[in-house]
Amino acid sequence: MEQRQRHTVGKLIMLVVGMFGFAFAMVPLYNLLCELTGLNGKTGGAYEYVEARETVDRSRTVKVNFITNTNADMPWKFWSEKGGVEVHPGELHTVNFFVTNPTDKVMVGQAVPSLAPGLATDYFHKTECFCFERQVLQPGETMEMPMRFIVGNELPAHVASLNLSYALFDVTDFVDLAKIGTDSNPG
Amino acid sequence: MSEVVESHAGHDDHAHHGPAKGLARWLFTTNHKDIGTLYLWFSFTMFLIGGMMALVIRAELFEPGLQFVVPEFFNQMTTNHGLIMVFGAVMPAFVGLANWLVPMMVGAPDMALPRLNNLSFWILPFAFGIMISTLFMEGGGPNFGWTFYAPLSTTYAPPSVTYFIFAVHMMGASSIMGSINIIATILNMRAPGMTLMKMPLFVWTWLITAYLLLAVMPVLAGAVTMILFDIHFGTSFFNAAGGGDPVMFQHIFLFFGHPEFYIMILPAFGIVSQIIPTFARKPLFGYDSMVYAVASIAFLSFIVWAHHMFTVGMPLAGQLFFMYATMLIAIPTGVKVFNWISTMWRGSMSFETPMLFAIAFVVLFTIGGFSGLMLAITPADYQYHDTYFVVAHFHYVLVPGAIFSIIAATYYWIPKWCGRMYDERLGKLHFWLSFIGVNVTFFPQHFSGLAGMPRRIPDYALQFADFNMLSSVGAFIFGFSQVFFLYIVIKTIRSGKPATDRVWEGAHGLEWTIPSPAPYHTFTHPPKITDAEAHS
Repeated sequence: MEQRQRHTVGKLIMLVVGMFGFAFAMVPLYNLLCELTGLNGKTGGAYEYVEARETVDRSRTVKVNFITNTNADMPWKFWSEKGGVEVHPGELHTVNFFVTNPTDKVMVGQAVPSLAPGLATDYFHKTECFCFERQVLQPGETMEMPMRFIVGNELPAHVASLNLSYALFDVTDFVDLAKIGTDSNPG
Repeated sequence: MSEVVESHAGHDDHAHHGPAKGLARWLFTTNHKDIGTLYLWFSFTMFLIGGMMALVIRAELFEPGLQFVVPEFFNQMTTNHGLIMVFGAVMPAFVGLANWLVPMMVGAPDMALPRLNNLSFWILPFAFGIMISTLFMEGGGPNFGWTFYAPLSTTYAPPSVTYFIFAVHMMGASSIMGSINIIATILNMRAPGMTLMKMPLFVWTWLITAYLLLAVMPVLAGAVTMILFDIHFGTSFFNAAGGGDPVMFQHIFLFFGHPEFYIMILPAFGIVSQIIPTFARKPLFGYDSMVYAVASIAFLSFIVWAHHMFTVGMPLAGQLFFMYATMLIAIPTGVKVFNWISTMWRGSMSFETPMLFAIAFVVLFTIGGFSGLMLAITPADYQYHDTYFVVAHFHYVLVPGAIFSIIAATYYWIPKWCGRMYDERLGKLHFWLSFIGVNVTFFPQHFSGLAGMPRRIPDYALQFADFNMLSSVGAFIFGFSQVFFLYIVIKTIRSGKPATDRVWEGAHGLEWTIPSPAPYHTFTHPPKITDAEAHS
């Protein structure tokens, strides 16, 4: 092959390799973009609650609704104690969620949260959530799972209500039951 | 055939050696003309197989209710029809045309990397062999739509999906090698004096298409690799339960997908830009603007992908951006359409078969472009999304767009390829059958789509019955007229009248300066580029 050809072909192969890498780079890029824009309603990880930092805005009330779903093949029962609560921004709240494993097998579940409107995700903080880890349920077991959250003071004034939805997935096949508890998955 | 310049053909170039004999010639050939021929026959075979699948679909949809196939098989038909037509028929046909024509148009003796060329063709029959074989496997072949959105192609896929993934990898490798070859040929092997802005437009469009392919085929390979990992290695790229996101699949796929649609139309623009000046007997109007228009369409194709997914949920700013960016494409496309019309304006036109197909391309592709503009309007798209209106739109740009241009190219250059003229009467008959067939098939689909008929369904509500019956009748007319096309091509090769070297009175370009049929080796010495033979 002539020198010039070698040069052209080399550059083109670099382009191909680069674009193959770019396909995989799209995964973190996509998550970053979702995080920055609140697209898809992806809520953040655990939030540190410092009482002194929060000022409670009693002049304002925000309705937070809870929606629980189980994914297609998930046999668990999944519900929350309340359909919704009215909160003041800056106040720490606890809501209990419940799951029951009605089958006769040990199963593992993972809840994935989504918040609407998506643009409010920056102002919705969870200090404790079952979605931060997986749940292992023995046959017939029921588990109570508290979820603690604060609606941030900076929540835009036009947002009067938030809808927090959880989809519960069966991830039994994805995890090694022997080493459960050591690995967790951020929601 | 008064348009054909009478002169003497056949003063052979007396090449040092001709082709090898028998099957070995085709298996081991490194000759760009042989490989071009292989590509074209392969593509035509795939076109007929994909066409038969389309006829299964149309037969089932002839009447409401389930008559011939079960819904599971229907889904495999729509999926494989799409995959085969996109990757097996349209793309290899354009690569075949590039193989035949690019070296002859730029005055090069062959492609830059002849052995790679052989490899990139011979991967294809195996790739499609693997893919079609899945139809006979337990659980059936791919049934998730040719766009293979996760989780349909992961969680809910048939077991044969791994074969499908492997086949897509092979097709991608073939396209990438083919594109490297085409770019290396165009950039390094042009005859002295053939500057970039003197290249025929077919060469220009292919240069840009090849870059598009190199940029997006690796992304497709990445997408199918992620699917493979999700299915077999426990990753969760597209599985929400493990922290992934199925919507991300659509972004990655359509980042490939949208440029892919332009990959299937830019070479068609090139072909039409060669044919119209020949039969209008005028140089192409606005050559420079044509080149810039193709380049800007290629650029815009990278920033509009999310217009396929307005309904998955997107912030207002995103919807507005993708709507405006999509509409922007109408500007360079409009430049091209007006340039073709201006080329014909006051030309001394004649209407041989290639010209008929080229004019039909301009008219019908424009209809497809306009329905595309309608789909680009975000609020309206919520109604059109996933209806037969979309089916009508993309078939208008792909069938009378891409396919008509390939047929036009075949009629236009076949006298150069095999040294014989096709039968003009039969060619015209083929044109009218195709033209009527294609419109009867796809025009009613606009209406059934606007009335709300969803795509990819084996059965439908009664109010869509008339439009569907009409559509099915058109599909069978169109389908069988392509078998007639096969007959015309074979008749031309076996018993066509000898063609002249120039073939068409108004033809310009280096490929018309060599004898008909084109000798096995051409331009072993670089030709002189005269203004008359520069871009047409």
